[in-house]
Amino acid sequence: MAHEHKLEIFRGLVKFKSNTQKIWGVLIFLSIVTAIEVALGIVKPEFLTDNYFLGMKLLNWIFIILTLVKAYYIAWDFMHLRDEKTSLRRVIVWTPVFLICYLIFILLFEADYIHNVFTEGFITWDF
Amino acid sequence: MDTTVSTGTEESVWGGGNRPLGASYGKMMMWFFIMSDALTFSGFLVAYGFSRFKFIEQWPIADEVFTHFPFLHGVEAPMYYVAFMTFILIMSSVTMVLAVDAGHKMKQKSVVLYMFLTIIGGAIFVGSQAWEWATFIKGDYGALETKSGRILQFVNAETGKRAALADFAKTLPEERVKHEASEGIWFQSEGYKTSYSLNEVVEGFKATPNILIRTEILNEKGEKTLLDRKESLSTILNAQQVVEGANLIHNEYGHRLFADFFFFITGFHGFHVFSGVVINIIIFFNVILGTYERRGHYEMVEKVGLYWHFVDLVWVFVFTFFYLV
Repeated sequence: MAHEHKLEIFRGLVKFKSNTQKIWGVLIFLSIVTAIEVALGIVKPEFLTDNYFLGMKLLNWIFIILTLVKAYYIAWDFMHLRDEKTSLRRVIVWTPVFLICYLIFILLFEADYIHNVFTEGFITWDF
Repeated sequence: MDTTVSTGTEESVWGGGNRPLGASYGKMMMWFFIMSDALTFSGFLVAYGFSRFKFIEQWPIADEVFTHFPFLHGVEAPMYYVAFMTFILIMSSVTMVLAVDAGHKMKQKSVVLYMFLTIIGGAIFVGSQAWEWATFIKGDYGALETKSGRILQFVNAETGKRAALADFAKTLPEERVKHEASEGIWFQSEGYKTSYSLNEVVEGFKATPNILIRTEILNEKGEKTLLDRKESLSTILNAQQVVEGANLIHNEYGHRLFADFFFFITGFHGFHVFSGVVINIIIFFNVILGTYERRGHYEMVEKVGLYWHFVDLVWVFVFTFFYLV
């Protein structure tokens, strides 16, 4: 087996000397991101909870984006997708991404519809 | 790759010598399993999103549910323990990559050490998960449930903090008839026993003027609605039973689906971590016995590594959608 490792992260902004160093570097990055998430979750700055984008609080958007960032680095560096062939990477990443986006779209719209039925209908659900 | 049968036609495109994805059979099957498992987990998480969007105004606030930290009794510590668990899992992921890396360099002793640390990390995580479940099941303050299944919680009007049932419930000289299968409907059992009866809580509430009721409904600020004393006195008459802690049917923290999804999703994830630890232990002993040293490569460590990182990856999403968002 060939074991060449690509030792750059952030599109070549940070370069590591060895694979071991890269692993620790990614750990530090992931820990910082988690720390930011937890800090935001506890502080909950008002300008992030009061402003909405596409029907969701800015704070929640930040959480979801940071989660995807973390997922990217776990898959790319810990599961070494970065070192795999492009074709394998695409098969593994885009198939679930497509299916999951579809699932999210269809179920959340349906849920929102049911929510409207609950609130606008003539039956009380709170007694 | 070592098992490829030579037929002498590998050079031609259709001869079978092509390796378009450049991965061995075992590794590829592990990736396919991970993909299907990822879809299972997203099914669960999206189902959670579905129920949450359906009951968006009365969903419990995770910050108020998970406020405990081991050995710090009575201290409000929202999120800290889950953050700690996340860190443990990422840490064990790191030791796993280091094991894979050492395997590539054929360093048996380092692989043993790093695999051992990974197993310890996984065990700490599963233990923490169990503690989190126990705390959740045991409950915090106690609440009342109305006929429609809505939860009524109590707040001390002076301090603005949550009030436990024990703070105001009266102890009345009541006799309780135990429901036994021989004396009632044979298929109905009693369920769990609460420390106060509904009557004791209601009487205690009427006698303590500084206790208010908090409903499940979220106001514009995203906080639970607090009723004034007059509304509280009329609302408490809707109560049907006392709820302490959470199970699959009743949940003192709010909507019962929240507890159902909590048990189901974190339980399914915890089961993955548990099986990951078991698989890691098997591979750990194989490494000690020198199986992979004789085989000439440590690809097996890499494959369990993929599974282990996947478990970490799932937790990152569970953490976000259950505890943060």
